[in-house]
Amino acid sequence: MLSPQTPITKPVKLSVRDMDFRYGEKKVLDGLSMDIQAERVTAIIGPSGCGKSTFLKCFNRIHEVSSAVKVTGDIKIDGVDIYRGGIDEVDLRRRVGMVFQKPNPFPKSIYENVAFGPRLFGVKDRTTLDGLVESALRKAALWEEVKDRLKESATGMSGGQQQRLCIARALAVNPEVLLMDEPCSALDPIATAKIEELIFELKENLTIVIVTHNMQQAARVSDYTAFFWLGKLIEMDLTERIFTTPRERMTEDYLTGRFG
Amino acid sequence: MPAPLPFRPRRFARLTDQVMRVGLWGLAAAFIAVLLVFVGVILKQGWPVLHLGFLTRMPETLDAGGGIKPEIFNSLYLVALSLAIALPIGLGAGIYMAEYAGQGRALRFLRLCIETLAATPSIVLALFGMIVFVQMMGWSFSIRSGAVTLALLNIPVITRVTEVSLLGVPRELMEASYGLGATKLQTILKVALPYAATGILTGLVLTAGRAFGESAILVFTAGTNTSQVFPDFRLTVPGETLSVHLWYVTSDGTLPDAREIAAGTAAVMIVVLLALNLLVRFLDRAIRRRTR
Repeated sequence: MLSPQTPITKPVKLSVRDMDFRYGEKKVLDGLSMDIQAERVTAIIGPSGCGKSTFLKCFNRIHEVSSAVKVTGDIKIDGVDIYRGGIDEVDLRRRVGMVFQKPNPFPKSIYENVAFGPRLFGVKDRTTLDGLVESALRKAALWEEVKDRLKESATGMSGGQQQRLCIARALAVNPEVLLMDEPCSALDPIATAKIEELIFELKENLTIVIVTHNMQQAARVSDYTAFFWLGKLIEMDLTERIFTTPRERMTEDYLTGRFG
Repeated sequence: MPAPLPFRPRRFARLTDQVMRVGLWGLAAAFIAVLLVFVGVILKQGWPVLHLGFLTRMPETLDAGGGIKPEIFNSLYLVALSLAIALPIGLGAGIYMAEYAGQGRALRFLRLCIETLAATPSIVLALFGMIVFVQMMGWSFSIRSGAVTLALLNIPVITRVTEVSLLGVPRELMEASYGLGATKLQTILKVALPYAATGILTGLVLTAGRAFGESAILVFTAGTNTSQVFPDFRLTVPGETLSVHLWYVTSDGTLPDAREIAAGTAAVMIVVLLALNLLVRFLDRAIRRRTR
């Protein structure tokens, strides 16, 4: 088992043991084990097609809505198995929020986008909703920019604003974990910097797992980094150590651009 | 020294492009011209007949000067009733096919049934309606026989339109909803259907137009007579519509002014259909602004 050592370890939020993942006959992830600590940012890096996005989606079981998949092994959140521990996948997705590769705001107003989640869970009172929307937008560092145009359509915002809106929308249902699937791949450098800053602030009380193809980004935002290759976890450690003194030759080769 | 690349300048590419552009433009223009002439002739012939009396009088059986008041009402009433029956069924079937049915045999079979029903000639539906509703159920020639049979014509179209519109909803939006902890039903109701609404609505109005112009089905189920009461909302009375009236007066031949009445009726139908199509565009734009 690969267990990173760190001076200040946090409790384990997500633990994965011997996990295999199959789409039909095809094995996409093979024998994965890792621990992800609470209130830390864990980055997942690796070449395209290494299964990193698939891995991320296992934590909120979102791949199940569109295709038949088979997961074996254990994935636990706070010690409870999310596949067999009696957790409802709909409830799981409330607790484990997700930000996608391409900003995907609903074609509704900014306000309605953020209020969408709370409304799902029966929040109807206008004052409560207003409060939730404002606090989510503040957490996503978007409030100052949009407070005067909450009724305007979200699709008219810039890409970076849309992505922060999607983060606000995810935060509005008060998740414990936030999964980010290459959240900056469609954004320009300035918008990217804003999101990275945000990630740094959000980990105060949120477990963040971010998939990225940008190694500098992993180095900048994460506490831990896991390197995937062909559906296998090659190495996981403190980000600093991965980028300075990786134990595996393959990790070093990838980070120095010798393959990938 | 590398070999020269085998690229030749394409001398005729630009010319071909121009020729195609002009050719396609010509085809479009010819089509529009045919349509304008067609509509123009109908409106021109119908125009002298179209006065308030024609629209507000009851039809005559033997004398000249009859109106089409009850036919206008019956047409609209039957379209509304048939849509009211077909909409929940078609919408439900479309939602099932797009969101719930797997990619298995059941779905293929269902799709085959829907497509067969959609391709069934309306005269077949008409005779089916006459045998089942008019005779076996004993509903005789009535609004209800007509509305139910007409619904059979509408259901496959609405189903198909609903399915296609729902399949067109971007996957990212569905994922966003699921990702927030929405159930399947919540995702369908709050994300998929609002997004698909303009497509479904457009299909619905086009269906209304088709039902409005339908004649064979209604000749055999709603009959060629109208109630003497106006407006008569009873489902058990016969209900001749505009298109049936158009056919009946021209083929029956007892009315001295059959030609004028037919021309006027046709003009009214064209105007209503034009209005329906304008309504589609207007609604589409209004909904699109809110949901896209």
